[in-house]
Amino acid sequence: MLKNNPYADVRSRIGRPMFIPFAVVGDPDPRRSPDVIRTLIEHGADALELGFPFSDPPADGPVIQQADLRALRAGTKIDDCFRILGEVRKLTDVPLGILVYYNLVLQRGADRFYRDCADCGVTSVLVADLPLEHAQEVLPAAQRHNVAPVFMASELTSAERFEQIAAVADGYLYVVSYLGVTGVENSAVEEKMGRVLRAARQHVTLPLCVGFGIHTPRQVEAAVRAGADGVIVGSRIVRESPDLKKIAAVCDELRAAIIG
Amino acid sequence: MKSLGRFGKYGGCYVTELLIPALTAVEEAFLACKDDPAFNRELHRLLQDFAGRPTPLTEMKRLGGQWGCTLVLKREDLLHGGAHKTNNVIGQALLAERMGRKELIAETGAGQHGVATAMAGALFALPVKIFMGAADIKRQYPNVQRMELFGAEVIPITAGSQTLKDAINEAMRYWTAHSKEAYYVFGTVAGPHPFPTLVAHFQSVIGTEARAQCLEKFGRLPHTVCACVGGGSNAIGTFRAFLADSEVQLVGVEAAGEGLDSGKHGAALNQGRPGSLHGAYSRCLQDEDGQIREAHSISAGLDYPGVGPEHSQLRDSGRARYVAATDDEALAALLLLTKQEGIIPALEPAHALAAAQKLALSLAQNDILLITLSGRGDKDLGEVFSWLENHAQK
Repeated sequence: MLKNNPYADVRSRIGRPMFIPFAVVGDPDPRRSPDVIRTLIEHGADALELGFPFSDPPADGPVIQQADLRALRAGTKIDDCFRILGEVRKLTDVPLGILVYYNLVLQRGADRFYRDCADCGVTSVLVADLPLEHAQEVLPAAQRHNVAPVFMASELTSAERFEQIAAVADGYLYVVSYLGVTGVENSAVEEKMGRVLRAARQHVTLPLCVGFGIHTPRQVEAAVRAGADGVIVGSRIVRESPDLKKIAAVCDELRAAIIG
Repeated sequence: MKSLGRFGKYGGCYVTELLIPALTAVEEAFLACKDDPAFNRELHRLLQDFAGRPTPLTEMKRLGGQWGCTLVLKREDLLHGGAHKTNNVIGQALLAERMGRKELIAETGAGQHGVATAMAGALFALPVKIFMGAADIKRQYPNVQRMELFGAEVIPITAGSQTLKDAINEAMRYWTAHSKEAYYVFGTVAGPHPFPTLVAHFQSVIGTEARAQCLEKFGRLPHTVCACVGGGSNAIGTFRAFLADSEVQLVGVEAAGEGLDSGKHGAALNQGRPGSLHGAYSRCLQDEDGQIREAHSISAGLDYPGVGPEHSQLRDSGRARYVAATDDEALAALLLLTKQEGIIPALEPAHALAAAQKLALSLAQNDILLITLSGRGDKDLGEVFSWLENHAQK
């Protein structure tokens, strides 16, 4: 475990769920990417979730995949990503979470990857395609460099698995709001979210942050009512990138839905 | 999960946590079925009565005479559906039925796996969604029509390179959201555990039959066994039966595209580095950061930047070796077999033929060279004629 957990600290300090906007590092290009992230900070990010662009991101939807490809076509390298993270760290002291695909960690070497994260002041890393079964491939490096390993859970996660996750996870638990994609009634989503959050709460003491397909203020409100400690908003923001005004407007609207 | 499906250091199950329950359920069903006599009786019945197994082992007397060896083809082109993909799909559709799944989904590159899955959907009365790159849809249109005729919904993927790797990403996304109802019929020996093991199991009928047919016909084992490798399912299906016959040389043939030095090829075993792609740790084409490179091949079925983990292990151990054939060499081999033997091979196994012609140089007339002809070439006529036109202009 981290000596202290910045996510838990922020959560208890602000006394309400955290607003956690997401951006792809290097989107639309390495030069303008810091402006996008700065906009998230200036418009009320209680923590940041930043994705490293990857050529083949099966856990992300089409909007984020497009942003990944835009960043890569603009020449974003992993070195650029770390440089941008360093700049971001100078702008803010909110918790800084990274979302990355395993091959990028693997090719850099897990130790070097987590050391670079620590050097840039990264708080947590979620490796999207590294389930518990393979977690030991990065956990020693994460511990060595005091970077919190974040794990995911969903309505399909069993009690046994929650226990296993609780034993190794740190920072926060990424709770997938619901797995169906379209046509789901808001009330049904809220009920589902409530169930997953209650199940998670029985095993995990970390802040529970809800993400995946959160687009509207009503969904944000539903997550808050269901008991989330944080709401992660990805595609809805990335869709507006690199239009800073529109990004700001989306942040303001969704953050307001948390504060109520 | 019971295991992580390792082949040496390769394999594994590098997927999001959200897919673990789905993959665990597939693994469980597979382990319960693979040695179950009732399951295997039904599988055998379908392979025999519906798909037309066993497929023949045909000697190519004319070409063999020219090449100076005993040349035999394992005729998966004669399997119902036109390619070896049917073996795998019938096995997995039976699994899906046992698991009570309500829908089949699949990715497809050349379209052969999509056609096979659509066919199985019709046979098992299950709705089917096929994810296919928009570029592949264009170059394999007859297969798209066949899928639709079987009643499948073909979903075009316009992201990325619009080929097989993007179709896999999209199919995985869909499965993540619908894993309780849908069964993902994975098309090759790549991807997360248990797919490399499971697909190899269902495809191993190719080599098992070929080995027995060879012994029956010639009283001896082949000198060399050769098959094309994209993801690598027909090659693993062929090789597995010969792994213990240490005197039998195993040769996999990758797509050299416009040449291994051109950067435009699909030769993950020849030119790739170990990495994690689509759930497996295996060799793949990537840059120094680990971004996956786009593959290139005239054959959509070999146009894939990764390869099944078992091939990476066979390569490293030296049990199999892997060579590559270019677009032009494959086309020439396709025309050769068509004109000399009256068989139009698909462009994928035409790569194996092209490489085999070189392998034959070191063989004696009595040495048996066995090539798996993984599919028929009807789907490739468009590519063939546009190549002929371009060639005539040059």
